[in-house]
Amino acid sequence: MPTPTEPGTSRPRAMASLPAMRQPAHRPAPAATVNAGGARLDIANLSAYYGARKAVQDVNLVVEPKQVTAMIGPSGCGKSTVLRCVNGMHQTIPGARAEGAIDLDGVNVLSDQVDPVRLRRRIGMVFQRPNPFPTMSIYDNVAAGLRLGHRGRRTPDLDAIVERALRQANLWHEVRDRLKAPGAGLSGGQQQRLCIARALAVQPEVLLMDEPCSALDPISTLAIEDLIFTLREQYTIVIVTHNMQQAARVSDVTAFLTVPAVGEPGRLVEVGPTSRLFSSPTQKATEDYITGKVG
Amino acid sequence: MTEHRSASRGESSLLRRSRWRSGDAAFQVGVSAVGWLIIAILVGTAVFLIGESWSSLRHFGPLSFLTSTRWAPSEATSTQTDPNPYGIAQFVYGSLLTSMIAMLIAVPVSVMVALYITDMAPMWLRRPLSYLVDLLAAIPSVVYGFWGIFALIPAIRPVGQFLADTLGTAPVIGPLFAGPFFGVSYFTAGVILAIMVLPIITAICREVFAVAPIQEKEAAFALGATRWEMLRMAVLPRSRAGIIGASLLGLGRAIGETIAVTMVIGNNVLAISKSILGQGATMPSVIANEFTEANQPFHLQSLFVVALWLLILALIVNTVGKVVVRRVGKDIA
Amino acid sequence: MTTDTLTPAPAPEVSAPVRHLQRRKGTNLAMTIVLSLAAALTVGVLLWVLGYVAAEGLKYLGPEFLTNTPPGNPADLGGGFLNGIIGSLEVVGIATALSVPPGIAAAVFIVEYGGRIASTVSFLTDVLVGLPTIVTGAFVYAVWVIRFGFSGIAGAIALALVMLPLVIRAAAEMLRLVPHELREASLALGVTRARTIVSVVLPTARSGIITGVMLAVARAMGETAPLLLTALGNDLFIEADPTHRMSTLSLQIFGNAITGFKAAQARAWAGALTLIAIVLLFTIAARLIGRTSRVGGR
Repeated sequence: MPTPTEPGTSRPRAMASLPAMRQPAHRPAPAATVNAGGARLDIANLSAYYGARKAVQDVNLVVEPKQVTAMIGPSGCGKSTVLRCVNGMHQTIPGARAEGAIDLDGVNVLSDQVDPVRLRRRIGMVFQRPNPFPTMSIYDNVAAGLRLGHRGRRTPDLDAIVERALRQANLWHEVRDRLKAPGAGLSGGQQQRLCIARALAVQPEVLLMDEPCSALDPISTLAIEDLIFTLREQYTIVIVTHNMQQAARVSDVTAFLTVPAVGEPGRLVEVGPTSRLFSSPTQKATEDYITGKVG
Repeated sequence: MTEHRSASRGESSLLRRSRWRSGDAAFQVGVSAVGWLIIAILVGTAVFLIGESWSSLRHFGPLSFLTSTRWAPSEATSTQTDPNPYGIAQFVYGSLLTSMIAMLIAVPVSVMVALYITDMAPMWLRRPLSYLVDLLAAIPSVVYGFWGIFALIPAIRPVGQFLADTLGTAPVIGPLFAGPFFGVSYFTAGVILAIMVLPIITAICREVFAVAPIQEKEAAFALGATRWEMLRMAVLPRSRAGIIGASLLGLGRAIGETIAVTMVIGNNVLAISKSILGQGATMPSVIANEFTEANQPFHLQSLFVVALWLLILALIVNTVGKVVVRRVGKDIA
Repeated sequence: MTTDTLTPAPAPEVSAPVRHLQRRKGTNLAMTIVLSLAAALTVGVLLWVLGYVAAEGLKYLGPEFLTNTPPGNPADLGGGFLNGIIGSLEVVGIATALSVPPGIAAAVFIVEYGGRIASTVSFLTDVLVGLPTIVTGAFVYAVWVIRFGFSGIAGAIALALVMLPLVIRAAAEMLRLVPHELREASLALGVTRARTIVSVVLPTARSGIITGVMLAVARAMGETAPLLLTALGNDLFIEADPTHRMSTLSLQIFGNAITGFKAAQARAWAGALTLIAIVLLFTIAARLIGRTSRVGGR
C-alpha cells in the first residue's frame, strides 16, 4: 500500500492507480553530503529545435544532487529531448539545436565553449534499448569508455575499475566467470545493466536514463529499479519514463511534461516531490494524465 | 567555498580545448581529403585524357574524328591534316551496335530470370540460383573472350548463317544482316556482351522486384489472380523505371567492355561494315589493340581521342542510369 | 427459335468462365515454363563456360604448368605461367594495399560525416564503378607510365583505381547497416567521434567490409585491359621487381590465346582454369565471410 508522505491527500483515485509504490524509507537529506559523486543541474528556459520544428519550449527544472528526478509525460512531449540536451547528445542529430541554459557547476553546458566529449564524461547516459558493443567482450564493454577516452593511454587498475562498475551495476556475480564472453550474449536485462556499468566505469557525476526499462521484462525491470535505488546514494540521476508507476517507485522528484495541443512544442507543466505530485497535483493537465484520462 | 571549487573544476574540465588535440579534427580532415580524392580522380581522368589528345585534336580539328569512318594510321603524316586518317565513327557504330545486340538479348532474359528468382522459383532454389547467376559476373573478361572464340563461335555459326540466308536478302533491313558470316563479328561480340551484362541487370532487377509491396501481391492473389497475373498486376508496372535504370547500367558496362570484344569482333578498323554479321571494332577494342604499338604520327594521341569519347559516352550512360535507379530507390523508401 | 434461345442458355454461362479460367491458367503455365527456361538457359550458359574451360584447362594444367615460365618460342610445347601467377598476386596485392585504406576512409566520409560534398562523392563513386577499365588504363598511362615507364606498380595503380569505387560502395553499405544506437552509446561515454568510428563502428562492420574487399580483389584478378596499357606483360622470365614491366595471369592468357599455336592455346586454357579457380575461390570465401557478418543479419 502506498503511504502518502504529504498531508491532505484528497485524491485516492490517483493513488489507486499506483500499486506497490515503494517509498524510499531512510533517505539521507539531499544537502547532507556534497562530494565528487553527484552534481546539481539547473535547467533554465530550455527550448530545443529539430530543424525548424520546435520540440520543447521554456523548460525550467532544477535537478538536485543524489536524487532521482523522473520526467514523465505522453509520447512526443519532449522529455527525451530535454534529457539529450543535458549531455549534448542532441548535437548528434543533424539539425537539432538548443537554446536557454543548463548550468553545471557554474558552466552553461549549452555554450559553444563546452566540449561535448568532456561534458559526456561527467554526464553519462543509458538508452532505451540495451546497446552493448557487439564486437567487444563483457570486460571490454565496461572498459570501453576508459580505453577509448584517453588516447591510447593505459588506465592503471583497469581490472579494479571494471569490477567496481560491474558490482555497482549488480552484475558482477552473474558475469565474473565469463568476462571474456561477448556482451551481446547476455539476456536483455543483463545487457542493460552492462550498459549501466559501462556508463559508471567512466565515473560520471550525473546519470541520464532514457526509458531504460521499456524494452525489458518485468523481472529485469525490477532489477534495474533496485539498482537505481542504490545508485542514488552516489549519483545524480535523471530518468525519463512513460511508466508512471515506475516514476512513483524510483524517483524523489517528478517533472511532468506534455504537449498542450497537436503540433505545439512540449512544455513542463509541473514539478514537485514525487509523492506530492502523484497525490495532489496542482495542475489539471497533470491530474488528467496521472489518472489516465489522457495519454 | 565548495561552490567556488567545483565551479573552477567545472570550467577547466568542460571547456573546449583545441579540437586538434583530440585528433577528432585531424581525422575528419583526413577522410574528407580522401573524399575529395574521388572527385579528383574523375576530374583528373578527364583532364589527362584531354591533355594527351590535345595535339591531335588541334591538328585535325575535334569534329573531323567523328565524321570519318576510316582509321588508317599508316597514312598519317606529321603535316597533312585533311582527310583525317583517324576517323572513329566506325568505332562508335561498333560500340553502339554490339551494345544494342547485347541489350536486346540480355534485358528480356534478365527480367525473366529476376522474376523467376524473386517470385516464381521454389523457395529452396531461390538463393542458390541467385548465387549461380552472380557467378556469371565473376568470370573474367579474358576467359569469356577465349571461350567465345572456341566454343561460342562454332555454336552460333548456324544462327548467323540462318540470319544471312533469310533476313540478309530482305529488302530494307537486308544490309544489316548481309553475309557472309565468318564467326568473328559484331553479332558474336554482342552475344558475349549479353552474357556478361546479364548478371548485372538481373541483380538490380531482383532488388527492384523484391521491394514490390507484399500487400499488393496478396491483394492480387486475393482477387483470384494467377501467379503470372499477380506479377503483371502488382510487380511489373511499378518496376518499369527500375528495369530501365538497370538496363542503362548494363549498357554502360557493355560499352566499356574491352578484352572479350577485342577477341571476337574481328578488329576491322578501315571502314564501317554495316551488317551485324560483319567484322568491325569498338572504341575500347581499338585502344587495346593498338595502344602499345602506336608508332605513327598522332597515332597515340588519336587513341586518346577515342578514350576521351569513350569516357564521355560511358559517363552519360552511367550517370543517367544511376539517376534513374536512385530515383526508384527513393520512391521505394 | 424459342427452344434455341431457352434450352442451351445455362450451358455457355457456365462454360465461358470455365474456359476463361482455363485460358488464364494456361497463360500462367506457359509463362512459368518460359521464365523457368530463361533461368535454366542462364545457368546452362554458366555451366557451359565453366565446363568448357575446365575440360580444356585440365588437359594441360598440372605441376609443370604451375612451376615453369613459358618457353622462349610460343609454338613449343611445355612451360607454364608461373611468372604470370606471381605477377598477378603481386600486382593485385599492391593494388589492394593502395585501394583499401582510402576506400574505407571515403566510405567513412560518405556515411559518418554526410553533407553535400559527401553525397556528391557517393554519386561519383557510383559513376566511377561504371568507368570503362581501359579508360582507367589510359589515365594511368598518361599520369604514370609516360614519366616512369611500364611497370608492375603502374598496373597496380590502375587496378587500385578499378577496386577503389567497389571497396567504397561495399564499405559504405556496411557502415549504413551499423545501428545508430552503437554510435550514440560510444559518444555518450565521452568518446570522440573519430575514436567511435575507428573502435566501435568499423569493427562492427568488419566482416562485411572484408567481403566487399575480397569481391573487389576477385574482380581485379581478372582484369586485363588496363594492364595492357600499364604493366605491359613480360613473358620471358619471373620478374619480382614491381618497378619493371610485369606479366600477370590475365595478360598471359590473352597473349597466348590469340596466337595461332596449339601449344600456346593449351597453356592459355590451363591459365584460364587457374584464373577462374582463383577468382571463384575469392568469391565463395567472400560469401562465407559475409555470412558471419555482425550487421544486416537481423
